[in-house]
This record gives sequence, C-alpha cells and structure tokens, in this order.
Amino acid sequence: MAKYEQMKTLQDTTNEVLDLAATHFKVPREQLTADDDFFKKLGINSLQALDLLTRIEQHFRIELPDYELQGVSDFRTLAARIQSRL
Amino acid sequence: MLDLRQYNSLGDALRAALERWPNETCLIEADRERENLRLTYRQFKEIAQALARALQDSGLASGIRAAILMTNQSKWLISAYAIFFCGGVLVPIDYKLTAAEQIKLLQHSSAEFLIVEYHLWRAITQAEGFSELRTRIVLVTEAPQNAELSGAKRWEDFRDSREPVFVPRERKDPACIVYSSGTGGRPKGCVLTHENYLEQCVALTSLYPFWPGVRYLSILPTNHAIDFMVGFIGPFTCGATVVHLRTLRPEFIREAFTKYQITYMALVPMVLKNLEKGLRQRFAELPKGKRTVLNVLIGVNKALTRRRPNVKLSRALLPQVHKAFGGQLRALFVGGAFTEPATLQFFYDLGIQVGNGYGCTEAGTAITLNDFKPFRADTVGKPLPGMEVKIVNPDSEGIGEVAIRSKTLMSHYLDDPEMTAETIVNGWLVPGDLGRVDSAGHLQLFGRKKNMIVTEEGKNIYPEDIETYFEGLPVREFCVFAANYLWPARTMVGEQLVLVVHPEPGQPVTAEVVASIAERNRRLLNYKRISGYLAWDRDFPITASMKIKRVELAEQIRRGLERSALVAL
Repeated sequence: MAKYEQMKTLQDTTNEVLDLAATHFKVPREQLTADDDFFKKLGINSLQALDLLTRIEQHFRIELPDYELQGVSDFRTLAARIQSRL
Repeated sequence: MLDLRQYNSLGDALRAALERWPNETCLIEADRERENLRLTYRQFKEIAQALARALQDSGLASGIRAAILMTNQSKWLISAYAIFFCGGVLVPIDYKLTAAEQIKLLQHSSAEFLIVEYHLWRAITQAEGFSELRTRIVLVTEAPQNAELSGAKRWEDFRDSREPVFVPRERKDPACIVYSSGTGGRPKGCVLTHENYLEQCVALTSLYPFWPGVRYLSILPTNHAIDFMVGFIGPFTCGATVVHLRTLRPEFIREAFTKYQITYMALVPMVLKNLEKGLRQRFAELPKGKRTVLNVLIGVNKALTRRRPNVKLSRALLPQVHKAFGGQLRALFVGGAFTEPATLQFFYDLGIQVGNGYGCTEAGTAITLNDFKPFRADTVGKPLPGMEVKIVNPDSEGIGEVAIRSKTLMSHYLDDPEMTAETIVNGWLVPGDLGRVDSAGHLQLFGRKKNMIVTEEGKNIYPEDIETYFEGLPVREFCVFAANYLWPARTMVGEQLVLVVHPEPGQPVTAEVVASIAERNRRLLNYKRISGYLAWDRDFPITASMKIKRVELAEQIRRGLERSALVAL
C-alpha cells in the first residue's frame, strides 16, 4: 500500500480529493475542478472542511493536523499538502 | 478560589495558585484520542520556572514584550506564566492570520521575544517581511530533529534549573497587548492591564465558579480572549483542570466530553451550531417511537425548567443526551460573535445551559452574561458585577448606541491616542453596537453602528483592512464597506463585506475588472472575503490628504443605491 501511495502523482491525489469532496458533499463530480475554492464551491464553513479532512485521512491512511487546512482554500493546494505526507 | 483582590498582577495570582494546589491536576493535553501530557500544579511550576529563568537570562524583564503564536496547547499556558513571572508583557498573536499579517503585528507590538510552533515559524521565515522582523529571541516548539530553525532556539531545550526571580507588577501596569483586529493599515493593539484581567476574573467566576475537580475543555486557541480567561486565568486561580484538545473535529470533541468528564467548555457560535446540527441529526435518525418519547421528555424538561435550570432533573429526564456530553457538563460558554436565539433555546430545552453574553477585547472578555434567572434566548444577559451599561441617544423604541464603563476596560490602543479617544469617550467604551436595555435589565442587540463585521468564528473584520488586497485593481478608485453599515439592518447575523468600485469615467465594470476582483478575493482568508461588488459612477469624496471620506461616501451610497444593486461574486 505504502509503495502504491508513493507512486501517486499530484494529479492522482488531486483527482481523488475531488472525488471524495463530490461524494461527501453530494455535488456532481464534473462541477468540481482543482482550482476551485472549496469553501465557495461547496458552500461550506471551516468546520465542514475539517469533516472533509477526516474523510481524506481515512482514504489516504494518513494523519493531517487541523493546521494543514490553515490558509488553504483550493483543492490543488490541499492535494499538495496531502501529497507531501504520503 | 483565590481572593484576587489581594493580588496585584496575573503573575502574582498564578504563582499563588501553583503553591496552593500542588497536587491537583492543572493541565491535560490531548491530541485526538492520544493524551500527550498531564501536569499537576507543582509540575507546571517546575517546567514554567525553568523556562522563566532562561528567559530572564536572555533579558526578559519588567515591561518587555514577549509574543506567543501557537495553536491550542499546553505550552501556550506554560510560556504565558513564565512571561508574567518575569514581569513581561504578553502579546498573544492569532495563529489563524497569514504569516505576513503575523509579522506586521509582531512589528507593531515591538515584541522582543517570540514563542512559536514550528510550522507557524516556518511559514513566517518564508513570508514577505521576515527580514524586517526585529524579535531578538525566538523559541520554537515541537521542531523536527533536523529542522532548519532560521536563528531560533528550541523551546524544549531552553531552560535553566536555577531559581528564577519573581518580578512584581502593579495593577495598572500592562499585562497583555491583544490585537482585536486590524492587520492592514491600522492595527488595533488593546493594552490590557493586570487589573483588567483580575477584575474580569472576579466578575466571571461569581456567575460560573471553578474549583478543584472542575474540568474545562479548551478547544479555542488561548489567544482568544474567552479562552484566556475561562481556559487559563479562571480555572488556574481556582485550582481547576484545563484539558486542551488540539483538534476541532467533532468526533474527538465528543470523545473528550466523556473521557475527561468535562464541566465547562467555551466555543464560538459556529461550533455550537455544529453541535446542534449533530444532535438534531441523531434525533432524526431515532426510530419513530423513541423519537416521540424523546420529544415528550424534552417538553417535560422545558416546562419544569421554565423559571430556572435544574441540571439534576434534566440529567434524569434526558440521560442519553447528557451522557453524550460526559454527564458532568454544567455549562457551555459561547462568545466572540452573535449567537442565534433558536440555537440557545435548543440547548436549554435539553437542559444544557449555554452562557451567552456580550463582550469585546477592549472591555476584557465579557460585559454581559445570561444569569438564567430565568433563561432568555432573546437577550445577551445582564451586565456582570462591576460593569455599567448604558444606551446613548436612544430612539423612541429605546434603541441606541451601547456604552460600557468598568474596571475591565483596556488602558488604550497601543501607539494610537486618536483611535483610543474615539473608542473610550469620558471613560465610557463605545464599541459601535446598537442595543436596548429592557425593563428586566437585559441587554438586547440590534445591529452594528460601525463599519465592521463579526464572523461566526468570532473574527472582527474591519473593511479598511481588506482594501490592501485590492490595490492595483484596474479601476479609478475603490472602497470596502460592511453591507449593514451602508444599509443599516437590525440584525446581528449574515453580515457581508462589499467592494464599491468606481471605474474610469464612462467605463462599465468590465469582465476583466470582475475577474481581477475575484482573483484578489481568493487570496484572502475565506472569512475575510467580500461577497459582492457595487458599481459607483461618481468620484469618492476625499480629504485634503487624499483619504476617502468613508462616512460621507457611505451616506451618498445609502441615498443613491439600494442593497439590490449589489452584484454577488
């Protein structure tokens, strides 16, 4: 598993984050893009964004401290933070 | 609790508390389900004094400013006590600001010392303005083993076993410089004295007492005025325990309630609403029969606690609900922003008291608080002991500007006598809120008079501070306002910021301008973003020094445009 995770590109990770967000917040996947502001696009607040972080942790089997979300509002940057912990 | 009238400073009172309850647990730090640390008052003293001695050896002395920039954790409190012990002035910095904003506040405060978490320090070293930072000593917590510290020292190694020398301070001396907001052109550094805090603590604990065995769950960062008081000074001067939880995730908050048998917790309206949402969802998932029984029991509880709360009775009637909160919860404190009455009522009907009040950094922490005699969701309670509240220039309905006088009012804004004179008039603080005091002495709020908004997370946003992010916009001129300031609305919720743009003469607001606005808006932290723009076709009124006359411009916009002219982004 670890090996597989290491092989993931940032693009793979970004796509998986978009899939997770679409499923979790019940938004059509095709409406989401990497550069979207997830607060605005999903209409969520910072606590709901933490929910997404929990979902992401389960999926990627990593631990992301709350502060990793600090100052992040687009999927691409979030994916980069995840990628650095894979 | 300690008789705080006997003490001159926070350092003095905290030092006495550490001697008084050596074997009681003062601090527990948990990260998710893991417990990182557990300290008695004696152990806390040993760690903090070793830090204090090392700080003293590095020159931390009476009146010298030392900043703390950390998330919610135990080292915040240990460091703060060490600073007070040395006679230093504490500058709490909000970790949620951007690194560039944090640098600005550090510069403005002239802090010589900085105690900071590693990840926040790393962001600062990479931010614009880092090279101008004048802090002399930087201590970094939790840095990885081979981390580049950019001139900082490790907090964990910065200690000296020799006895430090306690430095006394007077009641009127500054204890803290707290930034109520204003990271843009004009930072608002509230200089709060030791007396301000000691008096605030006496007032708050008279309504919500702490004692050894009480456990306060801290989820707000301690730079937040509420957590500083009810998650540090209050419990410590009463021998109680503070439990730090280093995450805001609801699943771990729920777990902490039961695991640590929590007595009190402070939160902001957004977290309270989230708790409400979670409970409502769980109630809705119950089988129909159980849901009916629950609703009947809630109705019975509501009827029996109409005049005053009865925690024992509520726990007996609704055991499952109270068990979910650990079974020992006495009250939740909500503050930092306006809380909707329906949310307060929801919790009260379940037998969970929510201490709702009104306050601002300039007045210490709280000015009014609900005393539950009886519970009322439609007000922010009565003035706390020692606080005077009056309504200036009331209209026919009794609504006017709220003014406050008390020993908890800040001394002044740091280096800003002009703004201090505008905010404290003849000894009365005028925070810019509209309210009415009813016949029962309760304060009701009706909106803001000032050009500012307060978010659900408790953040004060001053539109002027947002303007720097729109500099270079391809328009003739622009200005940011709070929508409710342009078009007064008697509401405390749903506040928005708007950008007023004046394009070049004869030009419309082009798609390029809109794209540029949206792009700059994205650079702002999400709670600081503008929600729409307003096209304005006349020159802004300006002063001789070319500054926009905001009051006059707002008046012109109010007369010339309706709220419906706002274009959402």
